[in-house]
Amino acid sequence: MRLLLNKFILGLSTLSALIGLAFLGWILITLFIKGISSFHFNLFLNDLINGGLRNLIVGQLMIAALASVIGIPLGMVAGIYIREYGRGKYAELIRNLSDIMVSAPSIVIGAFVYAVIVVPTGGTSGFAGSIALSIMMIPIVINTTDSMLSLVPKELREAGIALGASKYKVIIDIVIKSAKVGIMTGVLLAFARIVGETAPLLFTSETSNYFSLDMTESFPSLTVSIYDLANEPEKASRDLAWAASFILTVMVLVINLTGRFITRNKG
Amino acid sequence: MEKLFQKISLASASLVLVILLGIFITLFNASKPAIDEFGFNFITDSTWNKEIIIDTPVTKVNEKIPVINEDIIMSNSPVIVDEDAVDSNTKTIFGGFIPIVGTLLSTLIALVFALPIAMGIAVFLAEIAPKHISHTVGIAIELLAAIPSIIFGMWGLYYFAPIVAGLVGGYQVSLLTAGLVLGVMILPFMAAVTRDSMNTTPDVLKESAYALGATKFEVIKDIIFPYSKVGIIGSIILALGRALGETMAVAFLIGSIFSLPSSINSPTISIPVAMANNFGEANGIGESTLFYLALILFVISFTVISFAKFFFLKGHKS
Amino acid sequence: MIMNIKKFSFTYPGAPAPSLQNINLPIEKNKITALIGPSGCGKSTLLRAMNRIHDLYPGNLYDGEIELLNSETNTMENILDIKKENEFIELRQKVGMIFQKPTPFPMSIFDNVAYGLKIAGIKDKSELAEKVETALKGSALWGEVKDRLNESAMGLSGGQQQRLCIARAVAVKPDLLLFDEPTSALDPISTGAIEELLVELKKDISIAIVTHNMQQASRISDYTAFMYLGDLVEFDKTETIFLNPNQKQTEDYITGRFG
Repeated sequence: MRLLLNKFILGLSTLSALIGLAFLGWILITLFIKGISSFHFNLFLNDLINGGLRNLIVGQLMIAALASVIGIPLGMVAGIYIREYGRGKYAELIRNLSDIMVSAPSIVIGAFVYAVIVVPTGGTSGFAGSIALSIMMIPIVINTTDSMLSLVPKELREAGIALGASKYKVIIDIVIKSAKVGIMTGVLLAFARIVGETAPLLFTSETSNYFSLDMTESFPSLTVSIYDLANEPEKASRDLAWAASFILTVMVLVINLTGRFITRNKG
Repeated sequence: MEKLFQKISLASASLVLVILLGIFITLFNASKPAIDEFGFNFITDSTWNKEIIIDTPVTKVNEKIPVINEDIIMSNSPVIVDEDAVDSNTKTIFGGFIPIVGTLLSTLIALVFALPIAMGIAVFLAEIAPKHISHTVGIAIELLAAIPSIIFGMWGLYYFAPIVAGLVGGYQVSLLTAGLVLGVMILPFMAAVTRDSMNTTPDVLKESAYALGATKFEVIKDIIFPYSKVGIIGSIILALGRALGETMAVAFLIGSIFSLPSSINSPTISIPVAMANNFGEANGIGESTLFYLALILFVISFTVISFAKFFFLKGHKS
Repeated sequence: MIMNIKKFSFTYPGAPAPSLQNINLPIEKNKITALIGPSGCGKSTLLRAMNRIHDLYPGNLYDGEIELLNSETNTMENILDIKKENEFIELRQKVGMIFQKPTPFPMSIFDNVAYGLKIAGIKDKSELAEKVETALKGSALWGEVKDRLNESAMGLSGGQQQRLCIARAVAVKPDLLLFDEPTSALDPISTGAIEELLVELKKDISIAIVTHNMQQASRISDYTAFMYLGDLVEFDKTETIFLNPNQKQTEDYITGRFG
């Protein structure tokens, strides 16, 4: 009887795993089928105004890239502070706040940036969108940097100090170098996370039908456009939304897997 | 150079605090007009965008209530502040009850749906699967977590919701479908954190139980779960905190109707969706109301997440 | 004497009682001084006070004096007075440290050994190459690595890594080298090689070594200090400690009555 119950529960558990995998498979297959059927290479050559996705893909990557340029250095340096320099209460507070911010609602961050940037500057901009994404990115990068640095054994730091190196030199030459792979993975995963975000961009960068490199105006965003296209009644729009969804997911998963692959090789 | 580096890193770290305070202050300022106008009753008031005429001898109230169209698959009902009514004769009343309830209920549904499956997956990964399978399936589950939320919205609306509606009836865009897709979204996170908690159980503890003749299920039930109980509960609450703020998937599926759902499978709205749909066109008191909702959402999320962290996830790195 | 420890007491941050009480210990020039004693006796704590590496973790309480010979002025200076960043750096360039776990830096073998030199301001490439070669020869590692100086140090075996750390420390020509159980993580052959190395090194450098391996202490050291529960119980020439100790506690430890 006990054995029967055991087998039953373990069976249920395996079933759950299969359900989880089934959802993943269902979503990926759906994306693939719907995406491929609307796919043609003109999508990469035309802008949204002409039924393509070029400006949206470029725009999304640019917004995410600018967000990374802002968010990654700030996050890393902050992570270094709380792990290497911070003592006691303040560093612990920042660590906790950062951890909370990782799970904070992204649409609220969009509203915040709307109030402090979009309104005073008189309009939406790619720049505002990047700021919103960088605010999301900073806590994520802080977390992974902090974690990865904590894995470096303290003897390594002591050995550097024992040679007469100053603290920041030990951090840069030795500690960060040791944690390099883990930090890089963390950064890649953070990028994969923000490049797929929609809510913070809805009222900060909005989107645009035209190709643009001018981040001071409304700026093309793949994710926001998917939302708009899916809302339009025409079937052509919805097909385009599927094609865009497919491309977005491929992008995100490739970056994600690359990050994991790097760790597996060196870890 | 050393001093400079210290100062710069301290400044960067302090940025987190600055941003957090900035968000609170900004939200509060922007919602002040609505707070002054509606007060705390906002939370329990289920009117939305209702125009009333004030200061007239004739007690006639003009009501504009959005109509529920049963054929709606997808609806963005913008809040249009009637420009003509800027005339001080009328004012528009907003109440946050409906979106607040929608947020809480959809999250609850997500939790109820995801919890057993997530626990099952965690048990599978931690205790049942051999190492390489556990590793591979674990990655697959983490990929599910990496999929952008708007994709869940698309898939949910066009493929998942019709099936659910077919099975249990009701609308395709409803509290139920939104809650279920939300559940699929928080599933991987809950499973991963639970698995990590379970893995902290010392091997010697498990081995002692097996040595006494316990079955795997009994070891899980009597040793592992009690040992990692705190971390598991923490992961559940944390997942809840994240689900509260989810926008895009819910936006596709909840129906965006400002009315209390008559049943679990009727459309309604949540705070993030109300914001997503209306921010563009709202101004004046309407916009301030959206900020008021944002503030409420932020406070609730912050509280729930902090609660999970401090009471359950001490020392755990998410 | 290269170092003179006088009435030295030490308390860790937040600890209720001192970990070291009233230690009086001379470290003789060009000799190997071993610190032995059971776990928790404070020998590592004492060693780590000698290059003030405790100060990485602020809040320590020091009492007494630790004097280091200033080879230029031939006077003894109290290193517990050091407060400024650059004075700490100078101290550590004169008093080096090797740890129990080999700590190769994540860089090439050459860069590892050159690290301390570069910090000291040496930039000239040929000068660096010369000093690196000397240091590696001095730690009996040159023959094994001379053809792969640009490869990562992480590819070396445990024993090689430890000798690399010694070369790295020796390159800056310190007056005193502190070894904290340097062979306890190594196999017997590597241990033997490093013990030989220490005996060679003492010709130019004074050495203090913490070891829980009594046989090692008796093999290589000139002087031995026996510690117990934060006190320095006995200090004398190594033969005396091992063959004819004065204190009963010392004798009990040596003969294995307690460990």
